[in-house]
Amino acid sequence: MRMNRRTLLKSSLALAPVALGAACGRVSVTTGEDADTPAAEPSTLTVYSGRNENLVGPLLEQFAQDTGTEIQVKYGGGAEIAATILEEGDNSPADVFYAQDAGALGALQAENRLAPLPDSILDAVEPRFRSPQGLWVGASGRARVVVYNTESVQPADLPPSVLNFVEPAWKGRIGWAPTNGSFQAFVTAMRVTLGEDRTRAWLEGIKANEPKVYPKNTPTVQAAVDGEIHAGFVNHYYLFRIRAEQGAVPAENYFPPNGDLGSLVNVAGAGVIAGARNVAAAEEFVAYLLSQPAQEYFSESTYEYPLAHGVAAHPDLPPLAAIETPDIDLSDLADLRGTLELLQDVGLI
Amino acid sequence: MATSSKTGLLGALNEALQGGRRTLRSAGPPLPLLALSGVVAIGIMLPLAYLALRAAGAGDELWRLLLRPRTALILFNSVALAAAVTAGAVAISVPLAWLVARSDLPWRRAWTGLLIVPLAVPSYVGGFVLIGALGPRGMLQRLLEPLGVERLPEIYGFGGAWLSLTLFTYPYVFLVVRAALQGMDPALEEASRSLGQSGWTTFRRITLPQLRPAIAAGGLLVALYTLSDFGAVSLLQFDTFTRVIYVHYQGSFDRHLAAGLALVLVVITLLVLTLEQRSRGRADHYGSPRGGRSSAQGRVPLGRWRLPASVLCLGVVLLAVVMPALTVGYWLLRSVAHTPNFSALPGLAWNTLWVSAAAGFLAVALALPVAYLTARYPRRLTRPFEYAVYLGYGLPGIVIALSLVFFGANVAPGIYQTFYLLIAAYLIRFLPQAYGNLRASILQVHPALEEASRSLGRSWFGTLRAVTLPLVRGGATAGGILVFITTLKELPITLLLGPIGFKTLATEVWSLTAEGFFAAAAPVILVLLGVSLLPTLLLQVRYLNIDA
Repeated sequence: MRMNRRTLLKSSLALAPVALGAACGRVSVTTGEDADTPAAEPSTLTVYSGRNENLVGPLLEQFAQDTGTEIQVKYGGGAEIAATILEEGDNSPADVFYAQDAGALGALQAENRLAPLPDSILDAVEPRFRSPQGLWVGASGRARVVVYNTESVQPADLPPSVLNFVEPAWKGRIGWAPTNGSFQAFVTAMRVTLGEDRTRAWLEGIKANEPKVYPKNTPTVQAAVDGEIHAGFVNHYYLFRIRAEQGAVPAENYFPPNGDLGSLVNVAGAGVIAGARNVAAAEEFVAYLLSQPAQEYFSESTYEYPLAHGVAAHPDLPPLAAIETPDIDLSDLADLRGTLELLQDVGLI
Repeated sequence: MATSSKTGLLGALNEALQGGRRTLRSAGPPLPLLALSGVVAIGIMLPLAYLALRAAGAGDELWRLLLRPRTALILFNSVALAAAVTAGAVAISVPLAWLVARSDLPWRRAWTGLLIVPLAVPSYVGGFVLIGALGPRGMLQRLLEPLGVERLPEIYGFGGAWLSLTLFTYPYVFLVVRAALQGMDPALEEASRSLGQSGWTTFRRITLPQLRPAIAAGGLLVALYTLSDFGAVSLLQFDTFTRVIYVHYQGSFDRHLAAGLALVLVVITLLVLTLEQRSRGRADHYGSPRGGRSSAQGRVPLGRWRLPASVLCLGVVLLAVVMPALTVGYWLLRSVAHTPNFSALPGLAWNTLWVSAAAGFLAVALALPVAYLTARYPRRLTRPFEYAVYLGYGLPGIVIALSLVFFGANVAPGIYQTFYLLIAAYLIRFLPQAYGNLRASILQVHPALEEASRSLGRSWFGTLRAVTLPLVRGGATAGGILVFITTLKELPITLLLGPIGFKTLATEVWSLTAEGFFAAAAPVILVLLGVSLLPTLLLQVRYLNIDA
């Protein structure tokens, strides 16, 4: 009896490498060329996407279908994918980076990992939504909003500006995500428009109001839906996702009026990797993101603001033109670093 | 009696049983063993080389960050959480392991299988689950509201992070201790009892000292896991050092600063290792030269403790298995939208299964030489190997993943983004789990058995195969299962190093929950939990077949 068990263990140990080899071998049939010479597949466009597959997957498939381009996509978190491209250096298999926010594109731009885009692509969007150096372009926009619980907050009680949330009336009722990239972009905008001192005062004021701290937007919005918080600083489209899944929920977005900082518009966008093997297809991809079908996709499926071709925003959203954004370079990392230092000084991260 | 130290009785019994110690051990370890261990140690140190390289570019900013007062607070948070989670995990696991390995508790195998499932719950899912179930507006609160319960204890902060991490990491200790109990020679305990010692005294003075290497090995895994965790602490709003590292990747995309900060974790890991070395006891082996094993007839009858023991098992399973499953099930129920995509599940499950199984088997195979070396030869010689195995284990997954992206793309582009490098990366990350188990069970094999085999003319390797390996089967199995299950839920390495388009259950769960598609994620999580039951089911079928 004992012998049997032993033999079993031994044979399974002995079989493991065989099984592994077989599995690897089986798969390398499909990616065969890749294993030996990474440069061997010029016809396939390699996209690194920091945007989520559940949001943009259908769009990317549509691109492949419409243009007949073979496409392979690596999905991951925005910052992780940006760091991956940087670590890969000149050996990166990526042709194009589709990023969730301008900061990630800025990280690549700062280390000279992006190639210039043709003017025909850049000119499709307003200058405020693209890289001043012409290295990336925004494809869809997301506004900063205040999400609030409609059972605890009446619209009339909402203050005219995010700056007012430092008032004692909001003590213990706010949620935010200081470690989140979109929140940090918003703080950067505040530093640029109001200056360091007023921004610091605001951060300290909110901190004094004992906000709940969430890691990112989704849990913050869910907390507002659940009534765990009464108001939260988030991106506008998460509420729509939650509605799509959970039906009618007791929460609404509030766009502070008159170009308030609370409604800064950040972008998701794309850039071509410097030294890409497949520049033509990569540029075709970026152009596709700005095409009418793609812009309509953003409007209808992801509830983001279309940035090109005059495609209208989702009817539930205030028009983009009504949201004034401060004049800042969304991908400026020097500013991002300053924001991080400020957040550290205030003791928020 | 003159047994002054705690190990006195154990030592005396051991001496009595073996009738004096002989040392036939040769002066140094065999060269092939050293060479193989060296290769494994160097491979597993790769991420550290990367960190040093990157941190060199961090500059003064790193010092400014490290020297601010808040750093001390956050470091304290990290260490305190790691210590508390380890203590919690040990406190849960030792009784549970003893119950399933040594007592006549009913349904021992079913409990064993269920009790290791929590290991498959990804940390951030555990966080979501805890908030959904026990949060301020969670399921429990809503159930209790009609009964007049206004507020549950605060889930955010230290308490929630501790609960979440304890519930989802205790199986590290449970599995190692269970394997150790199974590999333990019951003769010592029987002798103790026959000398009139009570059951409790026997456990405290005979069983527990023998378990020290296993508890230390499992505790080390829990402590280092907690240090490197990001998912649970960020969702449950407890500020730890790993969170600061993530902030620098995500906020300013600063790899240099993040690497510099990660080196601090390496220093903490060193301290934890030193602590572990002290806590696991000084004996160089814990078995008897008979190579005896506990068996069914040696089970301790629980008597009137049977019910409380079952309640304990049930309680842990309710909290760590049923609660996540129910919460996830609720996500599905509350959904009004599209039905989840079930058709992708078999493919995802198969992908997940085979890479995890490969990682599990290979981790055991590669950890074996190092574990044998460090268990059998003097510490001053083998300590560097042991430190090498563990040093990188306290690092967040993203750091390991990026280091291998760097080496893969620039040093070995031929295997970059293939399964070869993916599985190598799993091994680099999870080898310590197999190592700890193997080392603890090798220590239970009395060297006299090997020496007898050597003196009868068997080679070193022949002895390993014929004598040692069969006796460490339990530890090898436990180690393999640990690596298998933690690979199931691994995320950053799979995302960044997998072949393009390769998806697992864990990447799918992440992808869906990251954007708030909880209902669609629910079936994937349930399958993930189901898959984690497979190794125990398989083992059971095997035992049943053989025993029948």
